[in-house]
Amino acid sequence: MPDILSPDSVGLVTPQTHQFTTSLSLECGRSLPNYQIVYETYGKLNERCSNAVLICHALSGDHHAAGYYTMHDKKSGWWDTCIGPGKPIDTNRFFVVSLNNLGGCRGSTGPNTINLDTGQPYGPDFPIVTVRDWVRCQARLGDVLGITQWAAVIGGSLGGMQALQWAIDYPKHVRHALVIAGAPKLSAQNIAFNEVARQAIMNDPEFYAGHYYQHNAIPRQGLMLARMLGHITYLSDESMRQKFGRELREGKVKFGFDVEFQVESYLRYQGRTFVDRFDANTYLLMTKALDYFDPASEHDNNLAAALAGVQAKFLVVSFTSDWRFPPERSREIVKALLTNKKQVTYAEVKAQDGHDAFLMPIPHYTQVFQAYMQKIEIPGEK
Amino acid sequence: MKKSLRTDLALLSEWIEEGSHVLDLGCGDGTLLAHLRKTNKATGYGLEIDDNNIARCIQAGVNVIHTDLNEGLSDFQDQSFDYVVMTQAIQTIRRPDKLLQEMLRVGREVIVTFPNFGHWKARSYLFFWGGMPISRALPNEWYNTENIHLCTLKDFERLCHKKWFEILERAVVNTDHRTTSMMRLSPNWFGEIALYRLRRRV
Repeated sequence: MPDILSPDSVGLVTPQTHQFTTSLSLECGRSLPNYQIVYETYGKLNERCSNAVLICHALSGDHHAAGYYTMHDKKSGWWDTCIGPGKPIDTNRFFVVSLNNLGGCRGSTGPNTINLDTGQPYGPDFPIVTVRDWVRCQARLGDVLGITQWAAVIGGSLGGMQALQWAIDYPKHVRHALVIAGAPKLSAQNIAFNEVARQAIMNDPEFYAGHYYQHNAIPRQGLMLARMLGHITYLSDESMRQKFGRELREGKVKFGFDVEFQVESYLRYQGRTFVDRFDANTYLLMTKALDYFDPASEHDNNLAAALAGVQAKFLVVSFTSDWRFPPERSREIVKALLTNKKQVTYAEVKAQDGHDAFLMPIPHYTQVFQAYMQKIEIPGEK
Repeated sequence: MKKSLRTDLALLSEWIEEGSHVLDLGCGDGTLLAHLRKTNKATGYGLEIDDNNIARCIQAGVNVIHTDLNEGLSDFQDQSFDYVVMTQAIQTIRRPDKLLQEMLRVGREVIVTFPNFGHWKARSYLFFWGGMPISRALPNEWYNTENIHLCTLKDFERLCHKKWFEILERAVVNTDHRTTSMMRLSPNWFGEIALYRLRRRV
């Protein structure tokens, strides 16, 4: 809870909602006749609309990227370390837009919103959405806000994939793409983890084939397990050793199956709190969007060919202990850009926080991020 | 006023044609690439491993790629650069011969500069003092130096001959930004820094 707002915070923010009434056709072949998108903005859009930055969220993220809703909030937005006055994404210079993606569960149309055709929540009938669908949807939000070209599209993890897709699909509309802790596609191991998470959810007796809303139920155990598993893959062996070691909650083993080690307690806590803020059907959708992402697949699996048309300049950042999307995965993107002689900068940040490092205030990461953002030219800037 | 360019960088800049695509190995703070971009309209990338240098390159607006040069240049296509440059870093590489081959695979021409271990001061240091030379060009002790593969002009040219690298141009300078007549007469005795421009013999 902030007693006073720090000068480098965007302060108190209010989410906004936009209703879209033009049908959006999706990659899966289906379409949404109408939908709403919830978003937040920080900073001021300049006269020439040339200072807009789009933030793309990862699997469990949402539109609340920075600041607080009230002075009683326990936590700030999920990327508050990087967004604010004087921070890498400097709201004194940039107008920042952060939205909850389609299929989300934090206010944008998704499985837990009412389908106007049926009067019931979409549930499992919500169409499968892809990274490309999100990007198209984000472009429409840009149109609403009067932004035809983004100074930068920025994202970590699944968010980085959206930034990459932006540069591919709308080359003229992105000046800089920042792909942080990303990958050009998932590995078999990544998909395997997602599948275990989905199985955990779908096999929960409270799942009711996705129609749990009508049963006033929540597949609590399944979603909790999915999150616990996910969380392990976001940390590293080293960071878990440092955080928990083999520390026991009560100082001695009790020869039973209750929570004994601190790491067990932590994971259960992470799982429980996640269930309170996240929807299981959205979790399933997000993992599918991850699994399907593979821009090279349309070009004979040649990523360089997929990136041949991009015009944006790239910053690619990876973290040494990230084993979910390790540095080699980022290097695949870098290599494809180099092959095309595109403008790219690549930093491999030494960090022990695993995949989650992209959310941490690691000095070299912040330095690189800040330096890159400062060099972004804003036409019309005094 | 900005401080003037290091001698070897100024000299090799003159070897680079306008509008070239340049790869700078061990690019430091990006000085050379920033200079080439301005004076020669060159494009390209710098490769660096040091965090501070990477940040300084970004501040200078130079495209920099975090790379461990000991792992080769496998991210780069054959003949995809006009020049592959490496200034005063070849002596820090685990296998300079292999990296030179990689550089010639990736670039049409290669420009390398290195401190000449055959310089008379180094020779006399070893001869009279009996210890590994320490000088302005080689400031560290044998046990903490990054310079693990020092060589002389003669050594370098022997390698070029053996590996079929064609020497297109050679220059020697001292650390005072000058080329003296003594250097021209006997480069392996009087040149402190050597510069070579190479290509693959066809």
